[in-house]
Formats: sequence, structure tokens, C-alpha cells
Amino acid sequence: MPSATLKPNANATTHPSGDNRFKILEATMKRQQYQPDALIEVLHKAQELFGYLSIGLLLHIAHSLKLPPSRVYGVATFYHFFSLAPQGEHTCAVCLGTACYVKGAATLLAAVEHAAGVKAGATTPDKRLSLLTARCLGACGIAPAVVFDGTVAGHQTTEALLEHVKGWFENGSG
Amino acid sequence: MDLAELHAIAEHERQMRKPIRIRCCVAAGCLSANGQAVKQRLEESVAAAGLQERVEVCGVGCLRLCSRGPLVQIDPAGALYENVTPETAPAIVTALDASGAPDEASLPARGDPAQPFFARQLPIVLENSGIIDPERIESYIAAGGYQALYRALHEMTPGEVVEEITRSGLRGRGGAGYLTGLKWATVAKSVAERKFVVCNGDEGDPGAFMDRSVLESDPHRILEGMAIAAYAVGANQGYAYVRGEYPLAIRRLEIAIRQAKKLGLLGSQIFESAFDFKIDIRIGAGAFVCGEETALMASIEGRRGTPRPRPPYPAESGLWGYPTLINNVETFANIAPIIRNGSGWFAAIGTEKSKGTKVFALAGKIRNTGLVEVPMGITLREIVEELGGGVPDNGTVKAVQTGGPSGGCIPATLFDTPVDYDSLAQVGSIMGSGGMIVMDDSTSMVDIAHYFMEFCRDESCGKCIPCRVGTVQLGRLLSKIRAGQATQADMQRMKELCRMMQETSLCGLGQSAPNPLLSTLRYFPQEYEQLLADRVEHDPDQQLDRRPELERQ
Repeated sequence: MPSATLKPNANATTHPSGDNRFKILEATMKRQQYQPDALIEVLHKAQELFGYLSIGLLLHIAHSLKLPPSRVYGVATFYHFFSLAPQGEHTCAVCLGTACYVKGAATLLAAVEHAAGVKAGATTPDKRLSLLTARCLGACGIAPAVVFDGTVAGHQTTEALLEHVKGWFENGSG
Repeated sequence: MDLAELHAIAEHERQMRKPIRIRCCVAAGCLSANGQAVKQRLEESVAAAGLQERVEVCGVGCLRLCSRGPLVQIDPAGALYENVTPETAPAIVTALDASGAPDEASLPARGDPAQPFFARQLPIVLENSGIIDPERIESYIAAGGYQALYRALHEMTPGEVVEEITRSGLRGRGGAGYLTGLKWATVAKSVAERKFVVCNGDEGDPGAFMDRSVLESDPHRILEGMAIAAYAVGANQGYAYVRGEYPLAIRRLEIAIRQAKKLGLLGSQIFESAFDFKIDIRIGAGAFVCGEETALMASIEGRRGTPRPRPPYPAESGLWGYPTLINNVETFANIAPIIRNGSGWFAAIGTEKSKGTKVFALAGKIRNTGLVEVPMGITLREIVEELGGGVPDNGTVKAVQTGGPSGGCIPATLFDTPVDYDSLAQVGSIMGSGGMIVMDDSTSMVDIAHYFMEFCRDESCGKCIPCRVGTVQLGRLLSKIRAGQATQADMQRMKELCRMMQETSLCGLGQSAPNPLLSTLRYFPQEYEQLLADRVEHDPDQQLDRRPELERQ
């Protein structure tokens, strides 16, 4: 049957866990011909699929690309974009670019750190909120900017920011 | 694809155009101010008014005045609307159709397209930005796109292209200002079976968003520039390295590459010549040091982005050991216009040693935040006061910061300094990639120095000791000064450390990390002195704990 040969993942090995996301990851690596050079592309895809890079996942990638685990771990920990721990339900990233800094981003960050009870880069114990900082969003025209769950909000004040974050804590998931 | 076909596409695109065009900014700045909803409402309003025959709504790249976004501009009248919201958008369409005077009250605020912010600009890199649809190759072709590539391939030898770029006097726009033609000539001369062309779009300086805007507003310009460069140096493979923080720029670049391949403007036998060129995108993963060219190459090869000593320069031994040409986004954006209009035209713009224009991202405590493209040699005062409109809320401008963490703060007293590579270096800053942050009286210069030192500390890759340890120590000394606990001896040690880092660090990050500190120390010593004096006043008897940190705990 001709249609069977056209299936892109027909020969992709399935992960013992039966998790379908591994199939997609496998397809990405296959497209890159399992080249070690493609490590960063593969890690991008893995994080997109799984949300974060667990040690097991890193080992799986190392094995597939025939790279020593130390090399994969080294790359994954070098770049800020990759996260080795799961994120909270919501994320709040305060931009600390120069334009935002000049317009008071440090005060915003201190206020939200105080309200959430965790430092930037950490997740609250109830896993509800991950507090992050961003280098520069390039949204300097609307400084200071904060990213709530991937949506950029400009011209932030301490009041507006705290209200937004407190809303998450009070309303539960949503 | 040949020249006739290219002209036919351009002609068809021009004929398809409707008499009235509503250009709606869909670059990142306006999108984060709800620009997409504005565009949608405009489209709905045009449909509801039955004006589809006469009016088109077109998503375009950056209209530059980011602080007043979302921006909407109307052709051919040129009317500009600022801070448009989905609620006020329908009134723009109503005003188009109104036979009498439009109802000004319901309209969004009108901007003045003739104000100095726009009138003083000289767009070359941004000539299509805000005019063409970045997601349609036809729109770029109608604006004269890919004609320079045709000209290079069919009317010039690779040597002539290099010669033309050399004569134009173009210098690298990534910050260091190395002569582009010289770099091209070195790669062209290297003999190797493979060569590479890399576009550095790892725009990491906080407060800089020029490259992002170019990639989002006019991605084909970069592809054309890279293709011309590849032809000139003899490369067949290109990489566009873009920051992972710029998903929209990446998406538009992907679309552009796909469209160019489909029309045979990338790939095999471009324009029916013997020249093949392919471009792949590499996505950065958030490391400032990857803006350094050797670190960037390590990252493309899938390794940790750590720099290595130069020489050998990438032009001789770059990606996988092959000769590699690395230029910044803005540099590539200048290539097509130079080939199209000639090196003489380009060399006539700017100053003796800095030719052409420079795009700056103007931000901070300034009325008009956004992108400005100005001829080299314009003074800082003109940029800040005329284009930027000065400081809001009756504040006084204190300094501008150029060059990000590698640059310096230039005080208001030196605002008559012309903006070119050499003059900025003379006053202790650098041209940098183009971030320009304005600071007013409320900004403490010691805080700014500390801010940048912390940035460099976090971003130091850790490979060489002067940078890895130096940034930590300088950061601590600055914290101490800010806390009012420092002594003159600390000041002395800080200066010594700065010199040590400048002279012994492996790459530009470490070598230039002391710049913001040194420039604030040079121009605002009183702010440091004040903090030292406060200590004496408040705690005359306080003895500094000089034990090593571990013993103190």
C-alpha cells in the first residue's frame, strides 16, 4: 500500500512509556539526521513538548544523538532558555531591560517577590506561580513591561502587577 | 525566475493595490499593545461599510513611534493615528467615507507625520519598514526587492561586489565597526571547499530592538543581503542566528525563506545562474555571550556558547573550521541598497570615517520612544531633543547610555558629540548595536553601573577567570558603594580591577564589561564621592571588616 510508506513516523521507535510526545521528538531528531550539531534544536523541541527538560529526557536525547550525557547536560544548563525543573501553573516574568529598569522595573520585581514569597527564578511551593525575569523583551516603547502567562503587558505599576498576580492566588486555577 | 518575471510580479502587485491602504503596524511593540485586535476591527469595519473594492487593510512592520502604538497610517493621504484601540478603530474607516468633515471626537489621536521624529530620519535600512507586508514576498519585490541580487549575479563578478562594498565604506553595525568590505575580502580570499555566511541576529543588549524590528518588518532584505554576500565570498550555505526571545522575528524569517525558495530566489541556480545558496535558521537559547562571533559559532555547532581566542578569525577558520563570514542583521540590511544605488551614493551619506546611517532604539525617559534611523554625524542633542522630543514631565536629561553593557553613559554636557564610531569611542562609549537609553535626574549613575555589572556577571560564560571573577568582585564593590560602606581603598581596587579585566579577558564581553562603570566614574564622580562621604558622616567610627568572607559568617 503506497500510503503506508508516506507516513513520516512509520519507523520511529516508540518510547517504552508509550508517551506520544517522544514520537514527535524522534521525528525532529530524524529530520536532523541525528546530527550532534542539532542538539540545541532538539532541546528546543523537547522543552516545547514537555515543558521542561527532566534528567531522564536529557539522557534519552544523549543516547539518541550519540552524545555523552555530560555534553547534553552542559548545553542544557548553559542556556537560560532551558529549564530543568517544571514551571508553575502561571508564569510572571518582569522585564529587566535597561529601558524598563530606568522606569522602575526593580521596584516592580521587589514588590512581586514580596507578594509571592519567592525570589525571581523560583516557583511557589504550591506550584501556582513561577516568578521569572526577562533580559529585554524589546518592548521598550511600553516600559516597564511584564509578561503574564506569555502575554506582554506594558506600562505596569506596582498596583496593577500585584492585582494581577493576587488574582491568580485567589481564584485558584484559571 | 528571471528579471522579466521579477518585474511582472512587481507590476502585478502594484496593480492589485486598492486606492486606499490602511497600514496597521503588526510588529512586536504594537502587537503587545493589542495591535492584532485593532487590525481585525479595521478589517471588519471595512467589510461592514462595503468598502472592500476601494480600501484594503494591510499588516505592516514597524511604524517606528513605538510609545504611541498601536499605530495606523492611511495611504495616500498619509494620516497617522496613534494609540488606536479596537473601540476607536471603526471611526478611522468611517472617516474615510465621510463626505463632510470627519467626527474628530470619535477618532483616535492624530499624529503628525511631519514632526521631527519622522522628518529628521533618513531611512535606508528601514526604507520598507511600515510600508510593505513582511509576510508577502510580492510586497518586497514591488518595492524593488531582489533586483540588487539579480544585478550582482548577472552584471558583477564576486570581486566587483566585494569592491563595491569596500568602496561604500560600510562598517559592521554589530558594534565594533570593522570595515565590512575588508571582512568580505578576507573570506573571499580564503581557499576552502566550503564557506559559510552567518547573520548575527542575537541582539542581546538590553534596550536594543533594531534588529528585531528589521527582521519582523522586512525579512527579505536580510535574505537578499546574505545571498549577495554569499555570492561575493563564494559560500553556498548560510545561517541566520536569531534570539529565541524573538518568536515573531523567527516566524517571519521562516515564512520569507519558504517564499524565496518557492520563487527560486534561494536554493539552486538562483536567477538561472550557477550560484546556489541555502539559508537555515538557528534559534538562540538565551545567552548574551552568543553575540560574540566565536561563541555564536559554537552555538550553531550545538555546543555551549563559549568564545575562543582569536586569531584565527572566523574569516579564516570559522564554522567547523571553514572560512565564515559573520555580519550583523543591520549590516546585511544595508547591502541591497548599496548594490542597487551604487557605493558612491552610500559613501556620500554620513561622515568621513562612518558612512551611511545608523538605526537606534530610543528608549528610557524620553517622550518619543521608538526606532530612529539617522545619518552618521548627527549629534546626540539632535537625536534626544529634536527626534526624541526631550524628557517628559519637565524632567532634565542627565545622560544617554549607548552600547548596552559594553558601552557607556554620555553626560548631557557632551551632547554635541557627533554620532559616529570614533567620536563615541573618544567619549568613552561605543556605537554598539544601537540601543540608546535616555536617563533623567531621577536615575542614579551608580545604580546603572551596578545594574550593568550584574548583567555581565550573570552573562559571563565562565571560561576565562578575569571575566568570571572580575564581574563578581566589581559587582560586590559596587554594592558596597551603594550601601554607603565603601572606602577610598575600595575605589582604588575597583579601578585596578577594571583595568585588569579590560586587558586580560578573553572576549569582548569581559573586555568591555567595565565600560559602564568607568564612564559613570569619569563623568559623574560626584555621585560616587557622595556615597563615600555619607559613610564618613554617618558612621565615622565604623571599622570595615577586612576578614575573608568565609570567616565572617
